[in-house]
Amino acid sequence: MFKKLAIGAAFALALAPASTFAAGGGEQHIEDFDFSFEGPFGTWDQNQLQRGLQIYTEVCAACHGLRYIPLRTLEDLGYSEEQVITYAADNFEVFDPELDDFRPAIPTDHFPANNGVGAPDLSLMAKARAGFHGPYGLGINQLVKGMGGAEYIASLLDGYTGHEKEEAGTILYENTAFPGGWISMAPPLSDEQVDFADGHSNSVEHMSEDVAAFLMWTAEPKMMDRKNAGFVGVLFLTVLSVLLYLVNKRLWAPHKGKARKD
Amino acid sequence: MSGIPHDHYEPKTNGEKWLNSRLPIVGLLYDTLMIPTPKNLNWWWIWGIVLAFCLALQIVTGIVLVMHYTPHVDLAFASIEHIMRNVNGGYMLRYIHMNGASLFFVAVYIHIFRGLFYGSYKAPREITWIIGMLIYLMMMGTAFMGYVLPWGQMSFWGATVITGLFGAIPFVGEAIQTWLLGGPAVDNATLNRFFSLHYLLPFVIAALVIVHIWAFHTTGNNNPTGVDVRKGSKAEAEKDTLPFWPYFVIKDLFALAVILVVFWAIVGYMPNYLGHPDNYIEANPLVTPAHIVPEWYFLPFYAILRAFTGEVWVVQFASFITGGIVDAKFFGVLAMFGAILAMALAPWLDTSTVRSGKYRPMFKWWFYLLIVDFFALMWLGAMPAEEPYATFSLIASAYWFAYFFVILPILGVIEKPEAQPETIEEDFNAHYGKADADATPAE
Repeated sequence: MFKKLAIGAAFALALAPASTFAAGGGEQHIEDFDFSFEGPFGTWDQNQLQRGLQIYTEVCAACHGLRYIPLRTLEDLGYSEEQVITYAADNFEVFDPELDDFRPAIPTDHFPANNGVGAPDLSLMAKARAGFHGPYGLGINQLVKGMGGAEYIASLLDGYTGHEKEEAGTILYENTAFPGGWISMAPPLSDEQVDFADGHSNSVEHMSEDVAAFLMWTAEPKMMDRKNAGFVGVLFLTVLSVLLYLVNKRLWAPHKGKARKD
Repeated sequence: MSGIPHDHYEPKTNGEKWLNSRLPIVGLLYDTLMIPTPKNLNWWWIWGIVLAFCLALQIVTGIVLVMHYTPHVDLAFASIEHIMRNVNGGYMLRYIHMNGASLFFVAVYIHIFRGLFYGSYKAPREITWIIGMLIYLMMMGTAFMGYVLPWGQMSFWGATVITGLFGAIPFVGEAIQTWLLGGPAVDNATLNRFFSLHYLLPFVIAALVIVHIWAFHTTGNNNPTGVDVRKGSKAEAEKDTLPFWPYFVIKDLFALAVILVVFWAIVGYMPNYLGHPDNYIEANPLVTPAHIVPEWYFLPFYAILRAFTGEVWVVQFASFITGGIVDAKFFGVLAMFGAILAMALAPWLDTSTVRSGKYRPMFKWWFYLLIVDFFALMWLGAMPAEEPYATFSLIASAYWFAYFFVILPILGVIEKPEAQPETIEEDFNAHYGKADADATPAE
């Protein structure tokens, strides 16, 4: 069924409900990664998004769904229509109410929801977590560094210390990025776990960044269009402001003494 | 329309005369657009146009969003994602609507504080002020219900907390709360009625805006000096005023364009900065977010709501004399609405005969402190309900009430105002010099 289910399952063990908050723990540490899509002119790194998709498919998909993402939109990551058809059919099965049975996924389907083990859906995770707060809850950090949802995800995946403890029958893993310091998700990534076609480094740190970038794309697929609209709009409105300033100045000039004397 | 003498519309052609004798609509629009406006209005007077623009923007984007939105607890969240991903330009529509609410409140707060400083609420503009306060209340209701529609975690829990306020009303509170929600808890019935009202209220606001404009077109605009326009004759009035079109329309449009540069940059580059990440998690009645925080524009009043806990002596005293009917929760609700009511009562609380704060040496400083207080409350509203924030909130809330109920009445008696200019023309010429056009009669 799910091709890589076995591999993923080996890493994602017993998962407690999402509401598990462990007591105690240290300061949350979010690393400020330098993603290519940041800033007004930042763009997606297409290779990185493709690597992120591969990591999601081989590892995360075992437990986490992407229920809001239509498979057809993967063409935005640079895949051909044929590749998307093959990818969908090879990796996912969806329940078809007309057949009353499961069938291989086609591009018009969404990624399957995956609620089986209580793992949260990842479609919007990069917008549902803020990496940076403060100072004093004012959110000024976010003005400089952005919301940091992708940084949060990357920091979390790379933030395991290796310590674990058992609490009420659940194994918790110490994590420097997770609020409270203890998370019920077992470390999902290990070095050299995924082999990339382009031979890119597959250390935990690099894979964490790649999958975080991919999840930023799933959360905000129109980011580039949005920034483009922002740029055009700001430019247009700036020119309009200048023109209106000049019109206004000229209009009022006869009624203002100083303007006449200059 | 206005009490200031000026030229009125005269129908010239037969067609115009025919229409005018049946429906004088062109004359109405002409008089509205050409209203004599004090020529010394400064840049604080541009926010009215920004507000009118915001209302139009929110209505237009809102109507289009409704074409793609589904008001149902199982589908609402997904339909927002549908708008963000599949609808052409949907991500811009939604982000404009989302941040448009923030621009709306930035504008309304500046507009209100401008009125408070320059005494725009004083006679004869009390009705304008009261209508304005009603618009502000409606805006808060509309914004609150709009925030519930995406059906995220903050939507759901915000709705639960705020409708819970009505539950604090003694005796009938719970019945009212159930009636408002359409059931024992926030659910599909709540979402549907909020959606319905969120669509209705903007049009009520639009109607109130017309009344607001009608009222101040009857009295004439206030101005930075607070000195009245001379109304003896048309020639006299023309020395103090200029017609709204084109002078103020162009000036306001220039200001609006500059504001929109900033607004568009926020929409394009950081559309989620003012939102809360938890609202990208679908509503779940079984999981309470770690902190339930309202949108930034509610924070000052949210801080006042939370400031009055059971440990405050005023609350204990109120509880004692009412035999426990007014408990801490209900006291907080009363304080929150009282804080807005205090603003609405400003025309009758301010005893000073001088309108503009420019000529009131003591008032100025208390007013600046009120601005600081407002921002302090906004910050405190976002902080957890624990020390030292609780004490700060109490002090800041106390100042808010003291400003309106103690400082404004007393200042009018003890303050010695500075000299005001005789006329608006004098003030204008002091700033810009005497224009040649005025010095020599038109040749």
